[in-house]
Amino acid sequence: MATGKNAFDADAAKLRVNRYRKRILEVSQQVQALHIGSAYSCTEIVDVVYNGLMRHGEAGGTRDIFLMSKGHGCMIQYAILEERGTLTRADMDAYCTPTGRLGCHPDHGNPGIEAATGALGHGLSMAVGMALAERGRKRDTIVYTVLSDGELQEGSTWEATLMASSFGVKNLVAFVDNNDFQSLGRTSQTHPSFYPVVEKYLAFGWESVQVDGHDSAAIHDAVASRKGDKPLMVVAKTTKGKGISYMENVPIWHYRSPNKDEYQQALKELEAAL
Amino acid sequence: MRNTFSEALYDEAKKNPDIYIVVADISPAGSMAKFSTEYPERFINVGVAEQSMIGIAAGLALRGCQPFAYTIATFSLYRPFEMVRDDLCYQNLPVTVVGMGSGVIYSTLGGTHHTQEDIAVAGAIPNMQIIAPCDPAECTEATRHCATQKVGPIYLRLGKAGEPDMTKGAEPWKFGKLRYLRRGSDVCILTYGVITKMAAQIADSLAAQGKSVSLVSCHTLKPLDREGIIEALKTHKQVIVIEEHAPQGGLAPQTKQIAWDIKATCRLDTFTLQDKFIHNYGSHDDLLAAHGLSPQRILAAVA
Repeated sequence: MATGKNAFDADAAKLRVNRYRKRILEVSQQVQALHIGSAYSCTEIVDVVYNGLMRHGEAGGTRDIFLMSKGHGCMIQYAILEERGTLTRADMDAYCTPTGRLGCHPDHGNPGIEAATGALGHGLSMAVGMALAERGRKRDTIVYTVLSDGELQEGSTWEATLMASSFGVKNLVAFVDNNDFQSLGRTSQTHPSFYPVVEKYLAFGWESVQVDGHDSAAIHDAVASRKGDKPLMVVAKTTKGKGISYMENVPIWHYRSPNKDEYQQALKELEAAL
Repeated sequence: MRNTFSEALYDEAKKNPDIYIVVADISPAGSMAKFSTEYPERFINVGVAEQSMIGIAAGLALRGCQPFAYTIATFSLYRPFEMVRDDLCYQNLPVTVVGMGSGVIYSTLGGTHHTQEDIAVAGAIPNMQIIAPCDPAECTEATRHCATQKVGPIYLRLGKAGEPDMTKGAEPWKFGKLRYLRRGSDVCILTYGVITKMAAQIADSLAAQGKSVSLVSCHTLKPLDREGIIEALKTHKQVIVIEEHAPQGGLAPQTKQIAWDIKATCRLDTFTLQDKFIHNYGSHDDLLAAHGLSPQRILAAVA
């Protein structure tokens, strides 16, 4: 099965993710809250999916699907869709305002958004349904989705996990943004039995690997090298708020926006990272 | 009713390759077995996993398919409620959620298997449409409608098995419109679903008393045929609502609301399930009677 084995340029990816983080930081100054830590946590994952794995209908070919199951991380999706021209600068300027169409969670009907998410534990079932529809139409479309590790506490996610392998869904590639944080603390502390994740997915009949979720090349390689005879779960070990020192692994940045001083510091750190 | 649903769905599936059915561990009897054998790719049994049933149906619809999600009513609507609300209704997808064995039909299985408030629950969600056919023939019409419409989600409230023919000779079925099964001028009985059989017995008794009686299948609960209800309230001396549903959120309170809005002058009596869980067992009629719904009691009350 085709997996979108484009030649992957890790240096270009580094520039892109830095650009996206800056753009999200910029938008953060328009609103009080935008789940910045959650978006930074999965920046490399979503970038690799859009810019390294998905086929976008080039020359009338296959158009793969991306569904942001962890809807609260959608700022990275918006930033990428803006750069791709699917969303506009005006869309981003009007983010979370009465004249805009973009909110804190992806909404069905907006350009580039395949499904409304935000309530956790919905995305994987919808992704399975999409994959089955594409298979039924004998199309080679691949459905990509990104889950939060919090979503792995939803029973519905495990229902969908069982369905994907039971129905032999091969055209599904899922990532879990495993930053080990949820609102009330570290997942490893609140739910010690949450781990190991890879072994759980293997036991459920998936192919599964663990990668450094901020190593773009490794993320790409994990998918490009998949066997392809089962659904794939990539467990991406990530850091919440990745890239900004004062945000990393600090729960408050799940939600709030930086003030002016914090913004300047974050901008300096992102510029220094290049 | 469930067999005619299966037969109608099978017929539609033969014509339309986009029709899928996602079921949660139901026995594939009758035409459902034919569907699963002939179209295995479009017959998806999730087992006992109703949240995934709805989510997968949503995913199919997001890619242009026309899915049905099918299991016992409590498990098709209540268990996966947030998926019904967010995945189907919020996204306004043409998915039919089939609630089989609604009301208190599962009369020996206890309250966990009763669906007393499903019209209220489903009807409160924006975009959701609701159809509750009164007999197998109406079920066929409703199923065909569900299989071909693209407006949005539908909750299809079904009975179980053995419902008698109530609609022979009636005017044609039309989505969103009251259907007169018989027309009179004194009393109008508004009802829907399996309890239409009891409503017909009551209509017969009232007719035997010399009254001219209308019997109406209000099969489409949402959008409710407001104009049709207004006409019934204006053209009859007495209107009786009989429904197998809790007092809140069903046909009875909506009819009262319309009557208030138009300052109706007719007599209006409503009969519903009670707002309580009962711990009775027996036949379907036994449970309806335990809720206060019996021909004798209703006839005494409307005299």
